[in-house]
Amino acid sequence: MEMLVALAIGILTASGTFLTLRGRTFPVVLGLTLLAYAVNLFIFSSGRLVIDGAAVLQQGLPVPDPLPQALVLTAIVIGFAMTAFAVILSMRARADLGNDHVDGSIRSQQNDGDQR
Amino acid sequence: MSHLPILPILIPMLAGILLLLPPLRTTLTRQRIASLVSAGINLLVAVVLLNQSATGEVAVYAVGDWHPPYGIVLIADRLSALMLLLTAILLFAALLYASAGEDETGRFFYPLMMFQALGINGAFLTGDLFNLFVFFEILLIASYSLLIHGGGKHKTRAAVHYVFLNLVGSAIFLFALGVVYGSIGSLNMADMALRVRELSGAELELAKVGGLLLLVVFGLKAAMLPLQFWLPRTYATAPGPVVALFAILTKVGIYCMMRVHGMIFGDYAGDIADLIQPWLWATAILTIAIGAIGALSSPSLKRLAGHLVIVSVGTLLSALAINTPAAISAALYYAAHSTLAGAALFLVSELISEQRGGALDMIVRSRPVAQPVALGITFFITALALIGMPPFSGFIGKLMVMQSATTMMQMSSTWPTLLIATLFALVAFSRAGSTLFWRATGKNSDNIKVSSTKYAAIWLLLLAAPLMSLFAGPIVDFTAATAAQLDQFAQTPEILLNGGNR
Repeated sequence: MEMLVALAIGILTASGTFLTLRGRTFPVVLGLTLLAYAVNLFIFSSGRLVIDGAAVLQQGLPVPDPLPQALVLTAIVIGFAMTAFAVILSMRARADLGNDHVDGSIRSQQNDGDQR
Repeated sequence: MSHLPILPILIPMLAGILLLLPPLRTTLTRQRIASLVSAGINLLVAVVLLNQSATGEVAVYAVGDWHPPYGIVLIADRLSALMLLLTAILLFAALLYASAGEDETGRFFYPLMMFQALGINGAFLTGDLFNLFVFFEILLIASYSLLIHGGGKHKTRAAVHYVFLNLVGSAIFLFALGVVYGSIGSLNMADMALRVRELSGAELELAKVGGLLLLVVFGLKAAMLPLQFWLPRTYATAPGPVVALFAILTKVGIYCMMRVHGMIFGDYAGDIADLIQPWLWATAILTIAIGAIGALSSPSLKRLAGHLVIVSVGTLLSALAINTPAAISAALYYAAHSTLAGAALFLVSELISEQRGGALDMIVRSRPVAQPVALGITFFITALALIGMPPFSGFIGKLMVMQSATTMMQMSSTWPTLLIATLFALVAFSRAGSTLFWRATGKNSDNIKVSSTKYAAIWLLLLAAPLMSLFAGPIVDFTAATAAQLDQFAQTPEILLNGGNR
């Protein structure tokens, strides 16, 4: 269980970091979304993982820490709004700058002969 | 329980909402008046809070009467009150400047400025680490939109970098919060400061990781060395009044380091005492160095101003690295000075770029400015204050920071860096000033009308330079008391849990 959660967070973070370092805005936005997912899972697990615990409150069962759940809810809402903003900004950058490179120009790739 | 501490959050929030609704929304004149009035009230509240905190009273406001460590608390102590006052002055001056025409270039300018102020004020008041994250996000999302106010290619390009960097920063902030909550078990700053002393083993190591992750987050806000590349371009492209308010944003990062790392991971934190100081030394010195070199190589006045912001951040970091009450006191004085003078320089460069046609604020030979005398004097005084020349506040600020270095190692690393950076700033300003005002060709054919409102806004900020050196005595008394109070909080965080010392 711990291993599974840790692996999920690790893989999400690694993929998110890789995508965030890409040169075009679409993968970067995707990467940021993955990072947000990873961070939500991570906060969720900061209240310790409990198996077979009470869903809310039940006598005789271990009660999970409710605070991380509240924190995750806040983080999800904020992350959602920020992702929406990033998407809109990327589309505006595509319109204003004429390409979807994060630097606003594809000069470095022209030098490689990759694109004209 | 007095409701005064929550007013700096409520006033901009209500003003921002009301500005979006019909009676105020319909005309620009109403928006201008309403936002200036609410900024004035905000300034008044900040002054009252400062007066109240100057008596040594610490107002701990439990939101919804949920008491710490479970509820969210707002802390209005000397440090918060000082930062709130700085924000309120900047907000008023920025709105005043914008009301002379800048607000016509895009929609929703005033509500966004209000929400930005809401986020900044909240970040300065909160005593809860997660609540700090929420206020960070509020100020960030407002700043994202303000950055592209007026539109244009350069603004969009700078905004893409700024937004993506800060989204990654927010993700790191949340990771840090998860680590810190998982190891320390609380998010109330005072409660954390108590609990961190009893940590041991794996929990201690985790808390250390969390604390250093928080340093990365605050370092990104403050533009600390490896994280400063976004600043010059972002600040150079954003509209003048917006950047004037942004001048406080880097200080938000410094403030958080004082509050979080000073109290939770500070001198009294047991096994992880003074967590960030070993890291701060090198970054502080290198931040000053890169800022100074950048200032010399700046192609435009706004870039120069951006690099000087980085130099001032480095100066503040070196004071934090020394980490004595005297150094913290010096840092606070210098922070107040550099915020106001830096904001003034951004507004001055905006005025200069308006009067030079296509050359804008680029440091190249071009047509003369329309008002060489008035603008020249304003520029000259701003430059003197920022360089740190004797009659003005920058001199006293830098002197205090240098005086607070006491050991041989501290002196040998801070003195040369600070003095050489000052020389570099002097050279950069001499070059910029002589090119902008004297190396002019042709005639200024345009009949440019410059409204006196803009000058009023600039001088509102610039008056601080002589006033802060004239009243340096009382101000330094206040900052010294602030540093002592911060030390007291770090030593006995119980004060903040038991509802303050009334």
